[in-house]
Amino acid sequence: MAEHKPDQMEFYKQEELQQIDLNPPKEGWQDQPADFRPGSWIYPTKPKHLESLGMPNPREWSPADEDWQLPENWQEIIHKKFKELLGKYRSFRIFMDTCVRCGACADKCHFFIGGGDPKNMPVLRAELVRSIYRNDFTTVGKILGRACGGRKLTMDVIKEWFYYFYQCTECRRCSVFCPYGIDTAEITMMAREMLHELGLGVNWIMEPVANCHRTGNHLGIQPHGLKDTLEFFCEDIEDVTGIHIDPPINKKGAEVLFVTPSGDFLADPGTFTCMGYMMLFEEIGLDYTWSTYASEGGNFGLFTSADVMKKLNAKIYAEAKRLGVKYIIGGECGHMWRVLNQYMDTMNGPADFLDVPKSPITGTVFENSRSTKMIHITEFTADLIKHGKLKLDPKMNDHVRVTFHDSCNPARAMGLLEEPRYIINSVCNNFHEMPENTIREQTFCCGGGAGLGTDENMEMRLRGGMPRGTAVRHVQEKYDVNQLACVCAIDRATLVTVCDYWAPGVQVTGVHELVANAMVMKGQKERTMNLRLEPLPGAEEKEANDGES
Amino acid sequence: MAEFKAGDQVVDIDEDGFLQEPDKWNEVVAAALGGTEGVDDLTEDHWKVVNFLRDYYLEFGVAPMIRKLCKETGFKLNVIYELFPSGPAKGACKIAGLPKPTGCV
Repeated sequence: MAEHKPDQMEFYKQEELQQIDLNPPKEGWQDQPADFRPGSWIYPTKPKHLESLGMPNPREWSPADEDWQLPENWQEIIHKKFKELLGKYRSFRIFMDTCVRCGACADKCHFFIGGGDPKNMPVLRAELVRSIYRNDFTTVGKILGRACGGRKLTMDVIKEWFYYFYQCTECRRCSVFCPYGIDTAEITMMAREMLHELGLGVNWIMEPVANCHRTGNHLGIQPHGLKDTLEFFCEDIEDVTGIHIDPPINKKGAEVLFVTPSGDFLADPGTFTCMGYMMLFEEIGLDYTWSTYASEGGNFGLFTSADVMKKLNAKIYAEAKRLGVKYIIGGECGHMWRVLNQYMDTMNGPADFLDVPKSPITGTVFENSRSTKMIHITEFTADLIKHGKLKLDPKMNDHVRVTFHDSCNPARAMGLLEEPRYIINSVCNNFHEMPENTIREQTFCCGGGAGLGTDENMEMRLRGGMPRGTAVRHVQEKYDVNQLACVCAIDRATLVTVCDYWAPGVQVTGVHELVANAMVMKGQKERTMNLRLEPLPGAEEKEANDGES
Repeated sequence: MAEFKAGDQVVDIDEDGFLQEPDKWNEVVAAALGGTEGVDDLTEDHWKVVNFLRDYYLEFGVAPMIRKLCKETGFKLNVIYELFPSGPAKGACKIAGLPKPTGCV
């Protein structure tokens, strides 16, 4: 095997990654240029994607180049956009004015904890933008300049923005601790939006955006491909349960439109979670439909700009209208719920043409989604379980000792803390929490959210994943935990690497995979395999005994 | 974007070495890309995987699920890794001239 490269986990030795130097550099932070070492930055957007989206300055370039090929008047462009954003968002201006440098946020960022780079302290990350604000947009800054914390907008500043605002996962853990509630995610969003004016973005975000814009989902799966995929899942479901399912697709007049992140259509273990949704809906006889047009729950527009986010979000509602459904259920996605709960209503809403979600099985009305008309699947399923509508046999999951990773956005952007736990406790007998300062609203990010989960960013993913990974290892050592459940597709993709590195032996799963494995379906055959087509522990012995006799 | 030499042909590849224009793919390109991923000799088993990926891509425009690849070729995942040491995505898909999947994957 060839030598390992910086985009591979094996390239990094734990003992080296853990040697973190917390001594501040001798020179001031203002003049320290970003160090673009391989493994710590993400490939730039391919020009064809910017062209297809009509976004500025498409070209071939690399952050490792000296010349980033910006338009001549790049300073003017940034200044104009900065001014526009300050006028548009009162929150942005407040975040620029308010910070008192108390330091409460400083050690709360997973990238700072795992890497020790001072510019990954949220206070300093914000200061990268705030120093320009002070210099260019405040009277005192215009007069005193550097003496009051102002900084001139130079090319090094732009490079630093690109480096550090793509080292923020917009997870908002720091904001929980800020006495003023400064939302670093929004500062990152503003910085990225300004950078896009110069054609500075990353391909791991913009290719999914272009795909979603064109085809309906981040992966670019076309209608016949989605149909083929769902039918493939149904074959496996039939092998496991003996039950045949015909997936409803683009069904006009269905009661519910179901939308999940497209990662669930391609990558394990998300695919097993997707099978779980399908089995649940079949079992309760839900009148629902998939859509090949709104085939993406995620919204990488959130990681790009307000306009792009709005456009991608609108597709879900346009499709709900076209199909004539009553309301929408969303799958186990993370950042989708930040978009839904905090932006959708004023961006594309209120969705008055839909009904307030009401479970056809229990009659429960989901008042919390009275305006967006969209509920999280764990809210829906927890309600089913609470009303005794599912036959569950948690013993089916007895070989699993599970812990729960609160995905950042469902936890902090919608307060979804109890429902997943209630479900897991109903379908598993062995559930163990990680330490309290690493879960619920204090949950640690997977290290790959907000578009950072790509392999060329491996060093930062492993560093950023260290706090979460260490907490997983803690429950692995203490309770022999062997599965980490979560409700986010980015988590399901990136935490596999985090666990393999920091807590090897722990698998990643979605909540509805656990549900479906424990659910006793009407007319099912005796289960001998789980959804991964692995023999169940009892079944394995039985098979061996049968073989001997 | 960089240029990559495959026999007499020169094709464009991205930072990770994935082919940029899928139409430029042919068996010579596949063999040359194999050399970058620790596959020096494309055997019948390699071609079974590569041809399935290629056909799926031409029909659906994207890479298939790894599970589908395993089921359709009859090779378990560990066998795929034996054939393609850098794995189904970085190894097999690259050799078959497919683009790298992006998104929540």
